[in-house]
Amino acid sequence: MRKVGIAGVGHTKFGRSEVSLVDMLALAALEALDDAGIRTGRRHGVDQVFVASMGAGILNRQSSVASALVDTLNLQPAMAETVENGPASGASAVKLGYMAIASGMCDVALVVGGELMRVVTGWEATDFVATMLHPDAEYAYGLTLPAFAGMFTRLYMDKYGVTEKDLAMVAVKNHEHAMHNPVAHIQLVPSFHAIIEDEDAPVINPYVAEPLRVYDVCPVSDGAAAVVLCAMDLADRFRKKPVRIAGIGQATDTHVVAEREVPTDLLAVRLAAQRAYAMAGLKPEDIDVAELHDAFTILEIAISEEAGLFPKGEGHLAVRRGETRVGGRIPINTSGGLKAKGHPLGATGVSQIVELVRQLRGEAGGRQVEGARHGLAVNFGGFGNNVVATILSKEE
Amino acid sequence: MIVDKLEQSLRPPETNMPPYPPKYITLASGEKMVVHQASREDVPRLLEAVRPLVTVEKDFYDIVAARLYAELLAYQRYRVKDEYVLVGTIDGVIVGIVNGRMVDDKVGMSYHTVAIKRGLRIGAQLFAAKMEYHMDYLGQQEVLIVAESPIGYRRWMIEYELESRPSTWHELGGVPTHVLTKALWEKHKPMKCTGRRPVPPEMLEVAKKLILPSEYPQIPGFKR
Repeated sequence: MRKVGIAGVGHTKFGRSEVSLVDMLALAALEALDDAGIRTGRRHGVDQVFVASMGAGILNRQSSVASALVDTLNLQPAMAETVENGPASGASAVKLGYMAIASGMCDVALVVGGELMRVVTGWEATDFVATMLHPDAEYAYGLTLPAFAGMFTRLYMDKYGVTEKDLAMVAVKNHEHAMHNPVAHIQLVPSFHAIIEDEDAPVINPYVAEPLRVYDVCPVSDGAAAVVLCAMDLADRFRKKPVRIAGIGQATDTHVVAEREVPTDLLAVRLAAQRAYAMAGLKPEDIDVAELHDAFTILEIAISEEAGLFPKGEGHLAVRRGETRVGGRIPINTSGGLKAKGHPLGATGVSQIVELVRQLRGEAGGRQVEGARHGLAVNFGGFGNNVVATILSKEE
Repeated sequence: MIVDKLEQSLRPPETNMPPYPPKYITLASGEKMVVHQASREDVPRLLEAVRPLVTVEKDFYDIVAARLYAELLAYQRYRVKDEYVLVGTIDGVIVGIVNGRMVDDKVGMSYHTVAIKRGLRIGAQLFAAKMEYHMDYLGQQEVLIVAESPIGYRRWMIEYELESRPSTWHELGGVPTHVLTKALWEKHKPMKCTGRRPVPPEMLEVAKKLILPSEYPQIPGFKR
């Protein structure tokens, strides 16, 4: 197989978009193409376009988004597909781009993820996201992702001693990181005391799905992110030295969460990470920076354990010790994570990879992890029933 | 002020309304927001704070700000019966304004809620303070409420589960009248309304300075 790298990255400001879905995707794509030194139009050299979106059909009544994007960017006759894999659509699209190049079918692929979610209310967005749950065993009973996360958190607290304060520490850390990321949705650092200890906390940071509070849950965001993938043997064509995709792992778990043997285990995360490490020839201790799918603060802790960064049940202890912040032993969610950067579903997996590329290139500004060589991204679909882990390595 | 006969006849009769006791709330940022009642003498300052928002179309700020502006003038010049204004400040800087009025002893009418600083649920807290004034200090049984923006509709109509009563007249337009009843207030108050009293005198003194905001997140690049 050919080696595959990332030659260009682009990212819109997450939050509320003032433009249409396709225009938003195009903005991220153009930034990535420019970063790679690729011009659109004739001889653009892009063989394939993948677009990741979970909700274009439902939220925006738009299908065949990849075809629309190719036309908007004047990238014909590039091949084009839209990829849907729930909130893990972005990383799935990157995986497919990797496969297209590694197989020899393409030399250059543009992968764009995006979602325009703020066209509906928060309640409608929550309901839309819940459509990925089992239709008869879960969705029909009114279960939502925050509800699942609340139950999962309660079990985690009982089993491992995680506290609401631990969760608030994750939130504050990620908001602090986001202050150094100009494309993050939320540019505000909550006060730990105010959101968890102050007597006004129950009202200014109310429970959403007890024990999860408002500041434990990601916002509803619009946004897009893009990467240009290339064959590493063509690296000289591009403006910057590509960052290599060293490993990709993906795994699935039961659709019905209640059917899992140990409900506090995220087996698909564990397997996806193990597969990615094996492919990359790396171990968890080799990872310098990680972007983990913290749609809820508890998920950052649980995923960090399943990905092998900390022993099971000890992720929250690492948070307490400050190991997961920039400057710590293994900084997690330097971008601000889904929690503060935002979570436009189809964009998230791509956005995580954009952040890792910036870290490995040394372009992350005030949130830079010094000397970062290997980065891990975990993009979590469903309630952990379809997970993609990606490892990037800096080429020396 | 000498009030001549014509002016006297133009003014509505005034009810003796107990004042809203100031309180302060710790916001998520850790900042303390003081909520206190504004007087007629404060209105010119509040008008200055509201004026830049009159041209902001996003999130219906223009409609809400323009109407609030007119209501503030009407309050200052005695053209609305039993109006009141509450203002939220952080370190003396105006961050939000709400207003309303008494219809009669039992019924109140909510007018407008404007949050200048965003992302800290300031509007939600000021709205809750307004309902607190009607229910707990004016001793009213109901508050008539409408909304002009989707944000308002979600925050008031849906979150407070307001009772729909389109047959009842409200002085503003937008969504047909909804009502916060005493029972609904008691149900939602613990999760919606917070704050501490008394406000330390030095904090209240700063709050009463009513400093104009130097920036508006709704107006990028705003310079006063």
